[in-house]
Parts: sequence; structure tokens; C-alpha cells
Amino acid sequence: QTALQSQLLKAKLDVGVVLLSTHRLLWRDQKNHECCICIHLSQIIFFEEQAAGIGKSAKIVIHLHPAPENKEPGPYQHSKYSFIKLSFKEHGQIEFYRRLTEEMTQKHWENTPVSQPIPTGIGPKAGRTRAVGIVGIERKLEKKRKETDKNISEAFEDLSKLMEKAKEMVEVSKSIANKIKDKQGDITEDETIRFKSYLLSMGIANPVTRETHGSGTKYHIQLAKQLGDMLQAPLEERGGMMTLTEVYCLVNRARGMELLSPEDLVNACKLFESLKLPLRLRVFDSGVMVVQLQSHSEEEMIASALDNVSDKGSLTAEEFAKLLGLSVLLAKERLLLAEKMGHLCRDDSVEGLRFYPNLF
Amino acid sequence: MSFEWPWQYNFPPFFTLQPNVDTRQKQLAAWCSLVLSFCRQSKLFTLDVLEAQESAVFNNNRIHRKLSVEAIQVVFEELRKKGNLEWLDKNKSRCLIMWRRPEEWGKLIHQWVSKNGMVNLVFTLYELSNGDDTEKEEFHGLEDWMLLRSLQALQADGKAEIISMDDGKGVKFF
Repeated sequence: QTALQSQLLKAKLDVGVVLLSTHRLLWRDQKNHECCICIHLSQIIFFEEQAAGIGKSAKIVIHLHPAPENKEPGPYQHSKYSFIKLSFKEHGQIEFYRRLTEEMTQKHWENTPVSQPIPTGIGPKAGRTRAVGIVGIERKLEKKRKETDKNISEAFEDLSKLMEKAKEMVEVSKSIANKIKDKQGDITEDETIRFKSYLLSMGIANPVTRETHGSGTKYHIQLAKQLGDMLQAPLEERGGMMTLTEVYCLVNRARGMELLSPEDLVNACKLFESLKLPLRLRVFDSGVMVVQLQSHSEEEMIASALDNVSDKGSLTAEEFAKLLGLSVLLAKERLLLAEKMGHLCRDDSVEGLRFYPNLF
Repeated sequence: MSFEWPWQYNFPPFFTLQPNVDTRQKQLAAWCSLVLSFCRQSKLFTLDVLEAQESAVFNNNRIHRKLSVEAIQVVFEELRKKGNLEWLDKNKSRCLIMWRRPEEWGKLIHQWVSKNGMVNLVFTLYELSNGDDTEKEEFHGLEDWMLLRSLQALQADGKAEIISMDDGKGVKFF
């Protein structure tokens, strides 16, 4: 323990808080807040660190100028020593050293404060401008704008990552499509269509299709022609009519891997008539959609339905379906149509819905 | 004489209100005539809807079919439109069934009166509907309100005059 320290201890300047401002170094007693001593930074010649040891806490030693004439009264009028030691018992020494270095470098006390609101712009250290008036407001607005900008960027961070991934996917599909395009001679058109339909079903628009085949309708045209060929035999087997769901299942089962989307199927079927294919897409009153052979005649169907019903006295949709080898849905549609034409009438009871010849 | 049911009565679809408009029209026509002829047979002049719902007219137990409450209301409405039915209350729980219209009754009564040379005689209403002389006539047992309407129709035609008497009404035929 140095003499000064013991002297300071005697002066009961033991535990306190050291404060550093741009101009002064202050020490305030922790217990007695009234007791506060300060040294102007300009008084400091030099300062150094003293590392902590066993039983010793880290210290900063501050060497001072001799006291000026007009110095205010402090704890000591005189002192043998020209330095003070700050003992950091509870850390903070490193930070404090750094800060002290900063302030000693900047020497703010050497700047003359400017009282006008508008900065005069004299050199880089022209002085601290006071943020009042228009400038202050402008600064605030600018600050706010920057903050908002930052917030927005942060919010969209996730999206930008997603967009990047999507971009990658599109690139992949583009490259594959181009490879196909290059190999056009080797790959049959059918396979190309299949691949394109595969991509489409994944939800990625195939740029090749769009470029070479217009707005995608041409794809549907191709598809419609394909369906026209494919569905002839099954339709004939089933009495000339199939529901769209039946078609969907049949077609996709046949395709195996390169499945059609329901949307594409419907769009292709809509083109049957305009392409003069021997198939038709038909929508019943109930909303059921069917594909039927053009040669399929509705009147014939109804007449035969009436015969069937009269034959058996009465029929339910299920019985009729079984009789004709149709799906129950289609059987019902046919019976309903016959009723609409006035050939049949219905008997609706707890036993179910039956159709009778219209004897009324 | 037991009531002769029409062929429709044993046709199950008869008990389902048909969605096809043309078919429905024919169906309702058949129902109306069935109801009227049944009432005529049973000499029913008023119907209680709840009772009617349980009656054999709308329930064929043999084929296990019955007309739904909604459909019965549709039939009644059809009858009303034709002039054969009149609601007695707002709730449509009771109604008058006129399987013969008042004018037709009036004509029948007048025919009987003329045939028996009873013109210019005064009759009480009771005599007409419940008298021994009229026992064999169709209008025997005719309910008062119906009788009155029939006579009113005749009156409008100038063929009768309703007279108020001490204990009721009477009628004179011309």
C-alpha cells in the first residue's frame, strides 16, 4: 500500500464510482453522494495500466500536471505525489482504460463550442453542432427513414430466400427442357409431351412449351387428340359414355408416371368438338361431366331405358346400373333424363328412389 | 257401397310429388278427383286436416305408401284454386269440401221441387235437408251452410227467395 493510498484511505476515499466525461475525470463516493472530486482531463500528462496480481486488483495510474494556480479546493492542497491510482476492485479496468485513451486522444476540451444553430463547416473538427431547429427535424426524419428501411429489409429476408430457391428450380427445369430441345431428334414427340405434362403437373411452367406451342392451348390440342384415340375402345365397352372421373383414372393409370392434372384433362376434353373428334364432353343438370361418343344418341338411350323399366315394372338406379353394366352415377343420370322427358315417374319412399313408367 | 279406388291409388309413384311439371299436373288432377269423390261417397262436407292425414285417402297400407304432409297441402291448395275447398280458419286446420258446387246443389233442389209440384210453397231449411220427403234425394243430409249457399245461388238466379222466420230461415221456390 502506497502512502497516497493510505492517505486516501484515511480520507475515506475508499469505495466509489469513477466517471469519465469528455472533459473531466470524476470520482464519487458510493456512500456519500455529496462527496465528489474531479480532475480536468487536461491535467493528465500520461496514464498507464497496472495488471492485477495475487492479492492485488488491477489499477490505472494517472500522472498529472502540477496543479494550476486557480485550482479549486480539493481533498488535498498539496501532495507529495504527482499521480493518482485508480484501483478497480470489481473490474471495469480494461474498458475504462480504453475510454480514457479515446478521450485523451480526442481532447474534446480543446474544441470551442459553437453557439449558432447552423454549422459553419470549419475543418473536420469544426465543432459540435447543436441539433436544434430544422436541421434537427431533418436528422430525425432521416434516422426514422433508415430504421424503416431496415425493418422492411429484415421482414422480407425470408421471402428473398424462398425466391432464390424458386429461381433455382426454374433454372433446373429450364436446363432440362433445353436439353430435350437439343435432343429433339432422338426423343419422340409423345415423350416430349409426357415430360412437359410432368413439369406442368409439378406446377412449373415449361418455357419450351410456351415458346414453341403458344399459350399452352396447343398442348391441350395435342392431348385432346391423344385422348380421342385412347378412349374409343373403353367408351364402346361401356356403352358409349364415361364420367370424367372414370376417364381421369383410366388415362392416368395407362400413363403410369407422367400423370395428367384434372385441369388439363378438362381443358383437353373441351376441345373435342372444335377438333372434330368423335368424342364429346357433356355436362348434366346435376353438374356431372361425362365424355361420350359422338355416335351416342340420347333418344335411343332413353327409349331403351324406358323399355328396361317397363320390362321390370320398376327400377332403382342401382338395379339399372347392374342391368346395363354402367356406373350407378351414369345410370341415375339416364333415368333422371328419362323422367325429365316425361317417360318415367318416380316413387320416393323410405325404401329408396324407384322409377316407374309414366302412366299418368 | 264400398268406395272404388282409382288405379292411381295403387301406383306407388302416386304418393310422391312428381318433379316433372307435366307429370305433376296430371298427378294433382287425379288427387283432386279422388278426394272429391271420396268425400261425396262418405257425404263429408268438412275436413279436418289432421284427421284427413290419417285417413285411407292419403294412406295406402297395402302398398305401404302415404302422401307427405307437404304434398297433402299442395293437393288442398289445388282444390281451393278450383273452387272446391274453402278454409275455415287461418291456420288451415279445417276446411269445407264442396264436391258439388252450390249452384249445382241449387239446381238439384229446384228440380226436385218442380218435379213434385211444390213451387210457391215455403219450406224450412230443416225440411229440405232432413225431411222425410227428401230422404231419397242426394241433397238429403246436406249441411246447413251448404244448403244456404245453394239457396242463395238459386236466389241470385231468381228461382227462389230466402225468408227469415221466427225460428230460422225458410225458402220459397218459384
